[in-house]
Amino acid sequence: MSKRIEVTDLNAYYGKFLAVEGVSLTIEPRSVTAFIGPSGCGKSTLLRTLNRMHEVIPGAHVEGEVLIDGNNLYGPGVDPVLVRRQVGMVFQRPNPFPTMSIQDNVLAGVKLNNRRMSKGDADDLTEKSLRGANLWNEVKDRLHGPGSGLSGGQQQRLCIARAIAVEPDVILMDEPCSALDPISTLAIEDLIEEMKANYTIVIVTHNMQQASRVSDRTAFFNIAGTGKPGKLIEYDDTTTIFSNPTVQSTEDYVSGRFG
Amino acid sequence: MTTAVDRDALRTTQRAGDRVFSTATIVAGSLILAVLAAVAVFLFVQSVPAFLAAPDEFDSGFTNFWEYVWPLAFGTLWSAFLALIMAIPVAIGIALFISHYAPRKLAQGLGYIIDLLAAVPSVVFGLWGIGVLAPMLQPFYSTLVEWFGWFPLFAGPVSGTGRTIFTVAVVLAVMVLPIITAISREIFLQTPVLHEEAALALGATRWEMITMAVLPFGRAGIISAAMLGLGRALGETMAVAMVLSPSPQVIFQLLTSQNPTTIAANIALNFPEAHGVGVNILLATGLILFVITLAVNMLARYIINRRKAFSGAN
Repeated sequence: MSKRIEVTDLNAYYGKFLAVEGVSLTIEPRSVTAFIGPSGCGKSTLLRTLNRMHEVIPGAHVEGEVLIDGNNLYGPGVDPVLVRRQVGMVFQRPNPFPTMSIQDNVLAGVKLNNRRMSKGDADDLTEKSLRGANLWNEVKDRLHGPGSGLSGGQQQRLCIARAIAVEPDVILMDEPCSALDPISTLAIEDLIEEMKANYTIVIVTHNMQQASRVSDRTAFFNIAGTGKPGKLIEYDDTTTIFSNPTVQSTEDYVSGRFG
Repeated sequence: MTTAVDRDALRTTQRAGDRVFSTATIVAGSLILAVLAAVAVFLFVQSVPAFLAAPDEFDSGFTNFWEYVWPLAFGTLWSAFLALIMAIPVAIGIALFISHYAPRKLAQGLGYIIDLLAAVPSVVFGLWGIGVLAPMLQPFYSTLVEWFGWFPLFAGPVSGTGRTIFTVAVVLAVMVLPIITAISREIFLQTPVLHEEAALALGATRWEMITMAVLPFGRAGIISAAMLGLGRALGETMAVAMVLSPSPQVIFQLLTSQNPTTIAANIALNFPEAHGVGVNILLATGLILFVITLAVNMLARYIINRRKAFSGAN
């Protein structure tokens, strides 16, 4: 289910603007990797290159390689649609489809692959995915109600259920808790801890406590100044990054003496 | 002393700008109601003699108003319905192309052209219907009747001129196309990027993304757009009056020379020669058109509201 990701010499552009330069890193399967760094340093951009969502923005393109278990995502003839079915994504703001019920939201991705699904299978998968996202007990009585009627934290867990329903290899999370209160945040962090057993998880976060709580490895990104490309500064075990980083700017950032 | 000053400061002061603004909005809001009420009262008062008119006041052998207005109401709804059936899929297709497929420059140019189409006066469309469209479609009608005449809608005998209800529907479709396209395009462009990306990140193709995120989000807007188009098609006068030579019956066949006409076209054709109760009869048909339009709009509102919780507005 979970796979290794190897990024080699990756440059990401928005039109002519180079947003991320020369990133190489390896993400191990069944682990949580956190991307931290100041705003605009290219963390989210890099994350979006891992499932080819980067190129959805007009003019955006990528140079370099991203290998998932040895297969280059940017190789010739690779269909981005198929890549995204293997690499799921959870966004910064909860975005369940407002026009669908809770159950339809969970099954939205599955129905793309497999339109004919018996009602029993659909119900089973809905329950499994919602349990996997720790949401089942809260919504089991209103599966046919609108997804937009849930609280922000519940909506975000619904989005996680939707992402895991298609059984991806990797799950990318782009600041999944930044719009949530501390209790919902805790619920998501616990969930990430459980999901680690089955998935490779990459999470972008602005919250350094969160990075130190949930992740095994941490990558620190920085920019030299406005308009300059973001670069990977340091990538190591989370404990090392937070207690004994080798680069001065990493230490400044994680200890709050940034700038 | 100081408390007195504070109390003064807390008292509501009506600023001039606020007062002007609230008055202006109230006046504008009431005005629309007043105009609508005035039209309705005028039509209703003028219609009463028609409802009570003697059988010999009607031509073509009708004996009362309801017999007279029924084929016209049918023709109005039938032609507008046919026009919408043709226009809506094309309009949604164009709107999607502009909003989600076309390169930006092409999309802009296409948008302008569509808006330009809305500015063409309906008399021009009528002339185009008679002069170009009818003769062009006539051979096609002949073939259709020859091969598919067994299908009730396409039953013969075929019209020799091509001036049929089908031609009218095509003209009406072209006329309502711009408004439906323009509104649908605006709605589609407003689809939250968040929802589009959610669909794409699940591995949806562009078309699947459109069916998952764009079309459901735009549903209410598409219905509103179709209703505005329908309003124009129902009330269209000149294009219909010019293309059709009417026969006052309920006829479903699309391609014969016997065609029902619409309320608006009937008023335009007969008003110059009408006198006495005849005028009231025509105004009464106008009242019926008014009621039909109102009913159609209320139906649309009901459809939009029925699944409000899923609309994406919350």
